[in-house]
Amino acid sequence: MRTFQIAVLLLLFHLTPAHAGKTLDQVRQRAQLVCGVSTGVIGFSSADSQGRWNGFDVDVCRAIAAAVLNDADKIKYVPLNAQQRFTALQSGEVDLLSRNTTWTLTRDASLGLHFTAITYYDGQGFLVPKKLRITSAKQLKNAEICVQSGTTTEKNLGDWFKAQGIKVKPVVFEKFEASIKAFFSGRCQAYTTDASALAFIRSKEAPQPDDYVVLPELISKEPLGPVVRRGDDEWFAIVKWVVFALIEAEEYGITQANLEQMKASTDPAIQRLLGTAEDSGKLLGLERDWAARAIKAVGNYGEMFQRNVGSGSPLKLPRALNALWNKGGLLYAPPIR
Amino acid sequence: MLLAAALVAALWWLLDVTAANMAERGIRSGFDFLREPAGFAIGESLLPFDSTDSALWALAAGLANTLRVALPAILASTLLGTLIGLGRLSPNLLLRGLCAGYVETLRNVPLLLQLLAWYFVVTDLLPLASEALQVAPHVFLSKSGLAIPWLGGDAGVFDLPLRGEMNIVGGATLTPEFLALFLGLSLYTAAYVAETVRAGIQALPRGQSDAALALGLTRVQLFRLVLLPQALRSIIPPLTNQHLSLTKNASLAVAIGYPDLVSVANTTLNQTGRAAECIALIMAVYLILSLLTAWLSAWLERRSGRWAQRS
Repeated sequence: MRTFQIAVLLLLFHLTPAHAGKTLDQVRQRAQLVCGVSTGVIGFSSADSQGRWNGFDVDVCRAIAAAVLNDADKIKYVPLNAQQRFTALQSGEVDLLSRNTTWTLTRDASLGLHFTAITYYDGQGFLVPKKLRITSAKQLKNAEICVQSGTTTEKNLGDWFKAQGIKVKPVVFEKFEASIKAFFSGRCQAYTTDASALAFIRSKEAPQPDDYVVLPELISKEPLGPVVRRGDDEWFAIVKWVVFALIEAEEYGITQANLEQMKASTDPAIQRLLGTAEDSGKLLGLERDWAARAIKAVGNYGEMFQRNVGSGSPLKLPRALNALWNKGGLLYAPPIR
Repeated sequence: MLLAAALVAALWWLLDVTAANMAERGIRSGFDFLREPAGFAIGESLLPFDSTDSALWALAAGLANTLRVALPAILASTLLGTLIGLGRLSPNLLLRGLCAGYVETLRNVPLLLQLLAWYFVVTDLLPLASEALQVAPHVFLSKSGLAIPWLGGDAGVFDLPLRGEMNIVGGATLTPEFLALFLGLSLYTAAYVAETVRAGIQALPRGQSDAALALGLTRVQLFRLVLLPQALRSIIPPLTNQHLSLTKNASLAVAIGYPDLVSVANTTLNQTGRAAECIALIMAVYLILSLLTAWLSAWLERRSGRWAQRS
């Protein structure tokens, strides 16, 4: 079925005109942003019982829709699995891919795509049953490791254990649910995926969370962020700067709640960001309050994080690398001026 | 002939436009990635495979894994299916009912569900790898599969499975993924084979069995000498379709973690992003497999035709 869908997408290559034209114009014309998201990763993008999408990656879409269309709800979400995602973006089926996708050289340089900005710094880790009494991933010799296919995970696994001179056997599942079920039934001695997901898997999916432990090693860098098609620099800039605006807003203490008061601020940096002094929107082809709209829709980066994956969510992930640069993290937005 | 030429021309045009559009969008295309190192490991492989081997070799290992499960399953489903098909013609009411029940149940439950059910039954019931069950000397059964002694290894002629710290090491392992896929495919396809066999035999004129029984042949002789040889001619073409479906259904392996061709190609696709090329390769391989099967079946059909005439 998936193969068939990709085949259809491939056919679209020659059905759509070679030049997709300006994404911004198209989005405005149809008054809708088409956003590619995951088929369900709790905290990042998942649909609730009423079919409403929410999560961190979904909020990135909402911020961009708010900045461009002045309405964070004018979005069509297209759930894509790992195999479909790049083809869907390449063929113009989606305007934007916001689906915890790792930025790598191969993807950036050879797929006709641009990674815009990093919205989440992740890394790959391991979950093991406590009764194996393992304290390091280096002890996983001859272990079978359950993993979901279609991510950078399998390659990291190959690379890291090759470097350690240890042989392990991956057991690769297409669906997340099947991989989790197999691991918790004891089929594998370890489970591997991005650390952001391991915490959730341990606390929500394990029959007894205390019987499992996350190993300390992170074996890879997984910078995740929204991706756009090549050949449309204006759209590339818009997506990039909306993300930067959310980070910048946290740095200046602008929140969803105090946005209106902040508009009266005399700080030139805040005035520029919120469009009360200079018109930064003009340079991006947007209205002058583009950043204010985005912040109004989803809050600043910190609020977005806290609500979806941080302390206000079931995942309870620490900010760690995803804290602002001046708070010990890696988030650093270029100046908006 | 004209149709074939038109088809080839259309295909060529399609490829040409796709390649041109992809180039225009800055998407790399071509099959050069096949020579690059795969970079990922394959859990179980008939061919020796290491993550530094090429992507092409990874796909070959995937294809070998597909055949490794499809061929034994074709054999098993044909044998079992024939027995069940004959059982449906048995004068014994109980046997007939059981066989009919089998066919109806197995045919009407989606194969994917059956595979998942088999897989989770197998992995739930068996003991953990660290507490593996020793069924015979050097034969271990656990959630990691059935470990048996196999040729080769460092120590001598036989490579013996032993209890390791983490897992059973050495020997050859039939993993739960393989076992579940083999069982699921065999049992599911057997139901269809049974119907094919039954229909093939019932299509023969009643006079054939009446005459044979009147001559004093036993029921076994009746089937072996009179009915099956004649029925084969009408059975083989639909049977080939079942074998083809089985091979293609083996791609459901991705759901239960067996590294078949599609699973390996999906991983390759994800590492390299060459979606068009990987999908084209998968389609080409299945096309070749199907054509080979069809050709083999045509040959068998001609042979069985001669056989039926001679006897």
